[in-house]
Amino acid sequence: MIRLDSVSKVYKTSTRPALEGVSVDVDKGEFVFLIGPSGSGKSTFLRLLLREEVPSRGRVMVSNFDVAKMPRRKIPRLRQTIGCVFQDFRLLANKTVAENVAFALEVIGKPKRTIDKVVPEVLELVGLDGKADRMPNELSGGEQQRVAIARAFVNRPLVLLADEPTGNLDPDTSQDIMLLLERINRTGTTVLMATHDHSIVDSMRRRVVELHLGRVIRDDKRGVYGVGR
Amino acid sequence: MRASFVFSEVVTGLRRNVTMTIAMILTTAISLGMLGVGLLFVRTIDKMKVNYLDDVEVTVYLTEDISANDKDCTGEPCASIRQSLESNQAVESVVYENRDEAYERFKRIFEGQPELVELARPQALPASLHVKLFDPARSEVILQEYSGQAGVAKIDDQNKFLDRFFSFLNAGRNVMFVVALFTALAAVLLIANTIQVSAYTRRTEVGIMRLVGATRWYTQLPFLLEAVVAGVLGAVVGIGGVTALKFLALDRAMAATGGIVPQIEFFEVLVVVAPILLGVSVVISAVTGYVTLRLYVRH
Repeated sequence: MIRLDSVSKVYKTSTRPALEGVSVDVDKGEFVFLIGPSGSGKSTFLRLLLREEVPSRGRVMVSNFDVAKMPRRKIPRLRQTIGCVFQDFRLLANKTVAENVAFALEVIGKPKRTIDKVVPEVLELVGLDGKADRMPNELSGGEQQRVAIARAFVNRPLVLLADEPTGNLDPDTSQDIMLLLERINRTGTTVLMATHDHSIVDSMRRRVVELHLGRVIRDDKRGVYGVGR
Repeated sequence: MRASFVFSEVVTGLRRNVTMTIAMILTTAISLGMLGVGLLFVRTIDKMKVNYLDDVEVTVYLTEDISANDKDCTGEPCASIRQSLESNQAVESVVYENRDEAYERFKRIFEGQPELVELARPQALPASLHVKLFDPARSEVILQEYSGQAGVAKIDDQNKFLDRFFSFLNAGRNVMFVVALFTALAAVLLIANTIQVSAYTRRTEVGIMRLVGATRWYTQLPFLLEAVVAGVLGAVVGIGGVTALKFLALDRAMAATGGIVPQIEFFEVLVVVAPILLGVSVVISAVTGYVTLRLYVRH
C-alpha cells in the first residue's frame, strides 16, 4: 500500500538531509507507528506521501500512484485516497460538526444526496451522533479530534495518516482516540501514525518504524516505543 | 462541481472582506465610468462627422458693395467669382445667397428669439456664395485661392470650426481614457490585493481542501469568482453612473449647443457602452484573479 524505496529528501535551506536512504514497505490494512524525536524526519515522511514534498532521490508509491513522478493534475486523486488527522484538529470554526465533515466531500464534488447519507453514518462511527449541529468550540478536545477523524475517513480513504493525533489530549481521551483509529484500521484502512506517545505505542504492540536523523534505525513487527530511552 | 457550494463560498468571501470589496467595486466603477463616458464621446464625434461632414460648406462672404447692389450675382466682380468657383475641380456646387435671402434665413434660424430678429437689419447681413466641395476636408484650396480677391470680404470654413470642436471632444475623450487607465490600474492592484488577503484569511479552508483532494478549480474558483463578481458589480455601478451623468449633465450640455452636438440616446448607453464595460470588467478581473492565484497562492 505504501512503499518508500531508498528515499532521500534534502531541503534547500538545510545541509543535513531530512530523510536519507529510507526504505519502508507497508501492506494494506497494517497499523504502523512512526516514532522518533523532533527533527527525525517524521513530518517529511508524511509530506512525501501526500506529495506536499517531492523526494530528492528514490521512489514513493502509495496504492498505485507513483507519487514523485505523477503529474500535478493527478495530485487531487492521490489525496482523495489518503485521509489526514493532525495534532491541532484543523476544524473550520465557522462550520458545525456535520458541515465540517461534509466540507471534505463537497469540495471534491460529491453529490448532496451522497453527503446527506454518509455524514450521519460516519458521525455515528466516531461516536458523535447527536452532536452534528454543535460548533467546534463547544466540543472537548477529544470530540474535536473525533470530528477531524470523521472528516478524514468520510471518503473511505485507503490510507489514514495521523500526525501526533493525541498530542493535545489527556491520556484517557488519547486512549479513546486510539480505539477509534483501531476501529478504522479494522475496516481495512491502512493507518500510519506519527507519535511521541510512549504509553500508546507500548500498549498497542503494533509495528513500529523509528526514525533518527532521517534514517530508519528500527522496524519492529510488534514493537514498543523504546528501551532504555 | 457543486454550484451552490462555490456560490456560498464567494458570498462569504465578499462579506468577510466587506470594506475591501466596496473599495474594489468603487474603483472599478470609476474606471469603467470614465471609459464609458470616453466611449460616448467617441460615438458623438462619429455621429457628428456623419451628420455634418456631408453638409459642410465653405462660405464666401462678399463685400458690402455687392451685397447692397447685386441681387442675383450678374454684375462684376460677383459673376466672375461665381464662374471661377463653378469651374473649379474641387467644387460640387455653388449657390448664391443675396442679402434678402440671408435675412430670411436669419429670421428662420432665430425664430425662437424674436427680440434678436427685431434688432437685426438686412443691411447688416452680407451676400454670400455657398460652396459645396466634393471633399470637405480640402477646403484649404478655396481659402487660399479666393482670400483677398476683389469682391470677397471673408471666407468662412465650417470645416475649421468643426475641426476645432472635434479636437475639443477628442481631448475630452483622451482625458477620460487616461484617467480610466490609471484608475483601472488601481482597480487591478486592489483586486490582486483583495484576492491575496482573501486567500490568506481562508488558508485553513484552502489547506483542508487541498488535503482532501479538491482540484485546483475547486480551491481557486471561489477566489476567481469573488474578483469577477466584484468586477461585475463595479461595472453595474459604473453603468449606473454613466446613465446618471447622461440624464443629469450631458443631456443638458448637448441641448445647450442648440442641436449642433447630437443627443446621446439611452439605448447607446445600454446597448453599446454597457456590454463593453461589462465585458472589459469581467475579462480584467478574471485575468487579474487568475494571475494573482498563479503567482501568490500555492496550490
